[in-house]
Amino acid sequence: MTELILLRHRDIPDLDQLEVYRKHGGFEPFRRAVTGMNPAEVTEIVKESGLRGRGGAGFPTGLKWSFIDPDNWPHYVVANADESEPGTFKDREIMEGNPYQFLEGVAIAAYAIQAREAYIYLRGEFWEIAAEMDQQISNLEEAGLLGDNLFDTDYSLRIYTHLGAGAYICGEETALLESMEGKLGQPRLRPPFPPSYGLYGKPTVVNNVETLTNVPLIIERGADWYRSIGTERSTGPKIFSLSGRVNKPGNYELPLGTTFRELVFEHGGGITDGRQVKAIMAAGASSSLIIANDEALDTPMDYESVPNVGASLGSASIIVIDDSVSIDWVLYKTLHFFSHESCGKCTPCREGTFWMRHIIDRIHEGETSWSDVELLNEVALQIKGKCLCALGEFAIEAVTSGIERFDSDFRARVPDTRSEEPTLSS
Amino acid sequence: MIAQKYAAEIETILAKYPSDQKRSAVMPLLYLAQSNEGFVTKQDMAEIGDILGITATDVASIVGFYTLYYDKPGGKFRIQVCNDLPCALRGADEFLDKLCENLGIKIGQTTQDGSVTVEAVMCLAACDKAPMFQVQSRQGLTYYENQTVDSALKIVEDLRNQELTS
Repeated sequence: MTELILLRHRDIPDLDQLEVYRKHGGFEPFRRAVTGMNPAEVTEIVKESGLRGRGGAGFPTGLKWSFIDPDNWPHYVVANADESEPGTFKDREIMEGNPYQFLEGVAIAAYAIQAREAYIYLRGEFWEIAAEMDQQISNLEEAGLLGDNLFDTDYSLRIYTHLGAGAYICGEETALLESMEGKLGQPRLRPPFPPSYGLYGKPTVVNNVETLTNVPLIIERGADWYRSIGTERSTGPKIFSLSGRVNKPGNYELPLGTTFRELVFEHGGGITDGRQVKAIMAAGASSSLIIANDEALDTPMDYESVPNVGASLGSASIIVIDDSVSIDWVLYKTLHFFSHESCGKCTPCREGTFWMRHIIDRIHEGETSWSDVELLNEVALQIKGKCLCALGEFAIEAVTSGIERFDSDFRARVPDTRSEEPTLSS
Repeated sequence: MIAQKYAAEIETILAKYPSDQKRSAVMPLLYLAQSNEGFVTKQDMAEIGDILGITATDVASIVGFYTLYYDKPGGKFRIQVCNDLPCALRGADEFLDKLCENLGIKIGQTTQDGSVTVEAVMCLAACDKAPMFQVQSRQGLTYYENQTVDSALKIVEDLRNQELTS
């Protein structure tokens, strides 16, 4: 793909200036929507485009909008800018480089569900981005592109930023809503889902930054244009955050369906120090470990194909692990992350991540035996399917796949004595 | 005290949320309180509770849950180094150890002059530019990316000078 859709600021200098953004057609799609289309038409185009949520779940965006409860008011749009998955750094680049396209996406989504207030929930570390965004929002108000009676219609819209304060769990949409309400960021039992019971109990659409940034150009150029990018069921461009042991880490905007090989070796410049790729995590720390053989490397990165190699695409945060790394260390890192970030609401996740961390500490230090590896796997399996949100599930992806697919790394770390009883001393 | 000192800021923050949902303002108000002394005092929590119509205990639970709020004083500058998996694959652990060694402290400790605390933190969404850290202070948060121990020590020196002159 030659033309960048989401990271357009790399091609267009000063795109973070409103006048430059407008010179390139910016806010024309929003104006057209508000003055010439009814809200359902906007949702219909997004549905037809095939756009799927870029935060990780891949849920069809237009469908989500169409679920909004028409009998309960007001409606809200909440943009999820809590980007906290280890390996993900795409939304940050969008908001720094191409903020107005994102804000226009928020505005169009709000019009589509007739929300008059939209919030952008940014992770607390995006302090400087939030300050910039407050300024950008007031620029839009001054230009008459946000505020009351937009384009001489009776539609009014305000957008506000809201800063989180360092909690991974707030990227989960219902925890995010709790946090916005001034409570602990802990997930809600679902259903009901946010389109029927969201912010302040009102119908709410929660969309990721990258998802919303697609919307203005879908309205401008149409669903057919958008469908011409990507694959049949995974349409459009995607930003792949590439990190780990590659020569050129960074964000790469490519069509969905691009292979791992192309990303890692053509765009990413291959493996650091000329080593061999050993494993790939496709969805950040929440990913299972893919054995990086030829079959995996030639797999298209789209929502349908990645499961064929035992993983999911998630937010497309591609962490590359080379053959100098032992997989037990990878688990050590991810488990320290998840045990810190478990919100504590569900016992299997809170206790399970705590104990998995203790067990992996022992394994990593080689102070134990094979029985601890089995115990680790067992604890992981006891978390599976028993929690309100996906954090618990994410925490065990690398554990169970790592032990199954890279068991020789564990055998090299601990003596293979299977007679000893496991102990749970911390 | 913050209720009086920051009356205008508090009004602006409250205006962002529906009038019957004031509790939503607890996080921005805590940031405001923290900008005052570098941490949130018991008095701040009580005042925020009063403003929002919730208990000081509710406010304290928010302070406890989120990692960017502090209820105790630390260094004037908190250097927060990410050493999660992607950063660690690019040498963040070695960077963190050497930085601490050079400052004569362990992870989580504050230098003797009280200027700098070094902490290991979770992912900061800058995985391609590791080793990296953010500096949290009363003025907010700033990112420093693609760091070496030398460049980081230079930043520490600048921060200390900045503190002396302010």
